[in-house]
Amino acid sequence: MTQDESRAETGRQTREEAAERAAIAVRPGEFNHSAGKREKVFELKGVGVDYSGAAAVKDISMDIRRNDVTALIGPSGCGKSTLLRCLNRMNDLIPGASVHGELLYHGEDLYGSGVDPIQVRKLIGMVFQKPNPFPKSIYDNVAFGPRILGRKDDLDETVEGALRGAALWDEAKDRLEDNAFGLSGGQQQRLCIARCIAVQPDTILMDEPCSALDPISTGKIEDLMIELKEQFSIVIVTHNMQQAARVSDRTAFLMVELDADEENRWGRLVEYDETEKIFTNPADRRTEDYVSGKVG
Amino acid sequence: MGVAGGAPSERARLASAGARATVAAVLGNQPRRDVALNAAFAGLLLLAILIALAGLVALLTQALIKGAPALSADLFTNVPSTINPENAGFRPAIIGSLELIGGVILFIVPVGVGAAIYLEEYADNSKWWNRLIEVNIQNLAAVPSIIYGILGLAFIVRGPLDIGFILAAGSLTLALLVLPVVIIAGREAIRAVPDSIRQGSLALGATQWQTVRRQVLPAAIPGIATGVILAVSRALGEAAPLLLVGATVFVTFDPTFFSADGYSALPVQIFQYATRPQEEFQALAAAGIIVMLVVLLAMNSFAIWLRNRYEQRW
Repeated sequence: MTQDESRAETGRQTREEAAERAAIAVRPGEFNHSAGKREKVFELKGVGVDYSGAAAVKDISMDIRRNDVTALIGPSGCGKSTLLRCLNRMNDLIPGASVHGELLYHGEDLYGSGVDPIQVRKLIGMVFQKPNPFPKSIYDNVAFGPRILGRKDDLDETVEGALRGAALWDEAKDRLEDNAFGLSGGQQQRLCIARCIAVQPDTILMDEPCSALDPISTGKIEDLMIELKEQFSIVIVTHNMQQAARVSDRTAFLMVELDADEENRWGRLVEYDETEKIFTNPADRRTEDYVSGKVG
Repeated sequence: MGVAGGAPSERARLASAGARATVAAVLGNQPRRDVALNAAFAGLLLLAILIALAGLVALLTQALIKGAPALSADLFTNVPSTINPENAGFRPAIIGSLELIGGVILFIVPVGVGAAIYLEEYADNSKWWNRLIEVNIQNLAAVPSIIYGILGLAFIVRGPLDIGFILAAGSLTLALLVLPVVIIAGREAIRAVPDSIRQGSLALGATQWQTVRRQVLPAAIPGIATGVILAVSRALGEAAPLLLVGATVFVTFDPTFFSADGYSALPVQIFQYATRPQEEFQALAAAGIIVMLVVLLAMNSFAIWLRNRYEQRW
């Protein structure tokens, strides 16, 4: 326990130093929205990912703005999930994966030599395609993040705040000690969002968060995203174009590219702009074909 | 529903009559050879399991019939004797066995679980030495127990450790014998925890150790515990390696862990009684077998219950 605590303590210090260095305020609700709206969270310059030498995405350059919902869309295999997983260094967990190019987060190089991926993930949370609650109580699911970070004061308030933030409090407040597996799929996914919020990240990445859910649950999560962007920056991967159109402020369209002999394929960014423009008046012919449903 | 000119209703009637006839022909025609073969295979498979069960039933009835007269509380409280079979018991052997498996548990839980965690969570399988370790552990589980007895004699009783013929040496030898079982069961339990749990934990900023300690291990504990119990029940029944590392067959005092006075164990004591010609000692051996079987069955049942009760379904 004491080991964990001291580790969490040093973790917090490093995190605070990192926050200072990057001159960011990571506590939710402290943002100056009018001034921060145009601020960049991520700056990608020529980012590419290889899996054991084979390129998965190539040469992605884009800026992601604070307090926006940014959608990554494109056909299967275009590397949108791969790109998303670069943003909080989840690709580090895949043997053979390597990221090149420049990936700045609030001006800091996420892949700089001194950067610990663990610290990156405390700032940039992630929600997965399939709800993945821990086999524990609802309360313990949400409290897991704060506990490992050593933030054990006011844990009840933190848990309640996170569950409220994920619009799950009213459904869960009377069964906090029940196993999370007893929740419905949509509730489980909101629990995963609550779990993520409880760590108080700065950005939330969502990898097709609604693909395993029914339309009503999907609607709830979409509403939630629009609420959450007041506090967090959100990047979402979706292959549901309507969803991107409904929730996102900016949309990036990625496509599969083949080499001359059609043996190797990788994803490339085709167009990145305001969502409205992407869906009504895209600059690129391929974007138009995709969003209008001419190609899948 | 007519198809073309003429008498559509007549054609339709013929068509449906034809279809009915086909269905009836197919359903009615179950080749007798297929039926017989099916039954023959089912019979063969049933025979296979009956042979296995018959052995167990024969052993149990034999032990029960022979041992029942000797079964009494004295069995647990009296010390062995070569002169008075009516007063002879298993007390030192039972205590010796309990101490042996106590030592085995103390050794295999941390070492076995540690090895399983390393192999599943940390080892990079692209490195040849990790693959070598893996193949070795699979093979170790199949090494005959007498080989472990020789190993214990050469390296624990004598050789580098040189701790002599003491109960601790027997315990350590048995622990090495069953360690592969624990490692393999532990690995399976850890592997059964889905990757999405690890990813979910890591994505919250948990370290690999925090993820293992707080998510993977708790979810794997029922499987690990089952493996430990099965390993311990195997250790409890082993006599061969103990004979080589100092389990004296005749001990009339309660053995202690590090005492150089010698120790005994239940299977060794049973073996000792069984080799005596007198009928009374045969009954005593049978009674000892009943005691051991009851303990083993209880342990294995507990392991099965534990697995069914707490196993996490994903």
